[in-house]
Amino acid sequence: MGVKLLLEKANVPGIRSYDVYRREGGYSAAEKALKEMTIESIVEEVKKSGLRGRGGAGFPAGMKWSFIAKPEGVPRHLVCNADESEPGTFKDRYLMEFLPHLLLEGLLISSFALGSNDTYIYIRGEYAWVADILEEAIVEATKNGWLGKNILGTGFDCMIHVHRGAGAYICGEETALIESLEGKRGNPRIKPPFPAIQGLWMRPTVVNNVETLAAVVPIIKMGGDEYAKIGVGRSTGTKLISACGNINKPGVYEIDMTISVEDFIYSDEYCGGIANGKKLKACIPGGSSVPILPANLLLKTAKGETRYMNYESLSDGGFATGSMMGSGGFIILDEDQCIVKNTLTLARFYRHESCGQCSPCREGTGWMEKILQKIESGKGEVSDIDLLWDIQRKIEGNTICPLGDAAAWPVAAAIRHFRDEFEWHIHNRELSQTSNFGLQHYADPIHVPA
Amino acid sequence: MSLQFNNEQMTEFKRLVARYPEGKQKSALLPVLHLAQDSFGGWLPTEAMDYVAVLLNIEPIEVYEVATFYSMYNLKPVGKFVFEVCQTGPCMVSGSENIITYIQKQLGIQPGETTKDGIFTLKLVECLGACGYAPMMQVGKIYREHLTKEKVDAIIAEYRMQVAAKN
Repeated sequence: MGVKLLLEKANVPGIRSYDVYRREGGYSAAEKALKEMTIESIVEEVKKSGLRGRGGAGFPAGMKWSFIAKPEGVPRHLVCNADESEPGTFKDRYLMEFLPHLLLEGLLISSFALGSNDTYIYIRGEYAWVADILEEAIVEATKNGWLGKNILGTGFDCMIHVHRGAGAYICGEETALIESLEGKRGNPRIKPPFPAIQGLWMRPTVVNNVETLAAVVPIIKMGGDEYAKIGVGRSTGTKLISACGNINKPGVYEIDMTISVEDFIYSDEYCGGIANGKKLKACIPGGSSVPILPANLLLKTAKGETRYMNYESLSDGGFATGSMMGSGGFIILDEDQCIVKNTLTLARFYRHESCGQCSPCREGTGWMEKILQKIESGKGEVSDIDLLWDIQRKIEGNTICPLGDAAAWPVAAAIRHFRDEFEWHIHNRELSQTSNFGLQHYADPIHVPA
Repeated sequence: MSLQFNNEQMTEFKRLVARYPEGKQKSALLPVLHLAQDSFGGWLPTEAMDYVAVLLNIEPIEVYEVATFYSMYNLKPVGKFVFEVCQTGPCMVSGSENIITYIQKQLGIQPGETTKDGIFTLKLVECLGACGYAPMMQVGKIYREHLTKEKVDAIIAEYRMQVAAKN
């Protein structure tokens, strides 16, 4: 069993309620932070912990906090990004649904450190029942003196508000989220200014992911240095992985980032192997926007070394032969899955979710979907593959926000690693409508140059 | 204006607006549109959007541009129960296509349509964050997960009974 810092108590009956959470030692980190620590020392512990943003970008959380501007007389805000919408990702939902008070405790400590008296949880609109759970937890926390005025007699006031979105992936991008929180369309803003300077209502704002904020609790409890000892290199602490697709045990797992990808997939403690006795074909290891890898490059790097479930190892080889940790949305595809079709559903997703602000993304995502649909339905031509490649290249890096990159990468990686499957579709127009390309060579050992 | 929140809905409206600083009441627009949609039959006629604009003291266009941007707001009438079935990658590799075809067959409607009796609407949606419990769909406030044909039958029967019990 690996170290568990976030989900350690997830199976305690009734842990969703304040009484049980408190009895299990909950809110002791908040007590320590508010009563015994200074704002500076809390930020320092988070910096020392090496905690990286768990939403997908992996930016050091402590550093993000230290950017917040503190102009005299202007309120500051902490916003919790609970707009979890990256296909393959459902870890924040699990945390909020089963351990709402863990998130609230993390929010309280973080609000104190950032000086946020009104903190918002922006939750995706579809998680309506989770929003209800959070609201209930806020009522309990307020009743017990952890939220409201003059918390623990420190003079610090803090209220947490739940704000439901209404169905828009783009609102997971922090400036789109802020726009949405202001009651507007989720169109990302041009940066700079960064939210830390001018965010919500043009006030200094920090936006952090649910898991990032929950991780502040164990960091304060054990100290940043101890937290940083867990894991490896710059992948410190634990990470929640939401595993799905063709595996025996889909679900949310907490790992300490020293486990190999192979162990994570095949051990009974985690994914429990590929479902129905099938073989592993491919994996999208960090949410739908990160590059898909064939089985052989997933389990071992291009250098022939074991690949591990951490930021550095998953990205070993860059986009040529590696991928990314991303949001931890781990999607497994078995030998029966068609890469063209899978890429098509993702392209459709990004076309649907493009906010329409930047032409390369608005037009390009539509083009990619149409061309993939053409290939998938047996009407493709070889030149379509080059056209797809050309379009994704023209989207990447040419948009205000990273949705453009997120739309381009899955298409690029699918062509990079599975070009012969695309070609097979094109050369076998009729056969491709009734059967799949299958596993082929995608799990064969890779040739490692001496 | 005939569409109006009743007392209970007005109390909820006030609770929602109170979350934001004074003068920033526009921030309540998304939650208030949810409330309006739930209060006025599951969709947002122009009249409802205009009413929300008046309540929040903003221009109607500010409401329209938001209502048309977010996928959860219905701009056309829908059935009593809206089956929003996920069709994105992780659900697709777990068999969502078979489920979608089966629902179409059982209800006799295509995606985007409502059954003649006004009970069911079928909508295909993108990732709802339930990838580990695929295939799945959202119905109202809840998720129906690990869908099989048998489960779909049971769910349809359950909602039909609910409607029959009310009549």
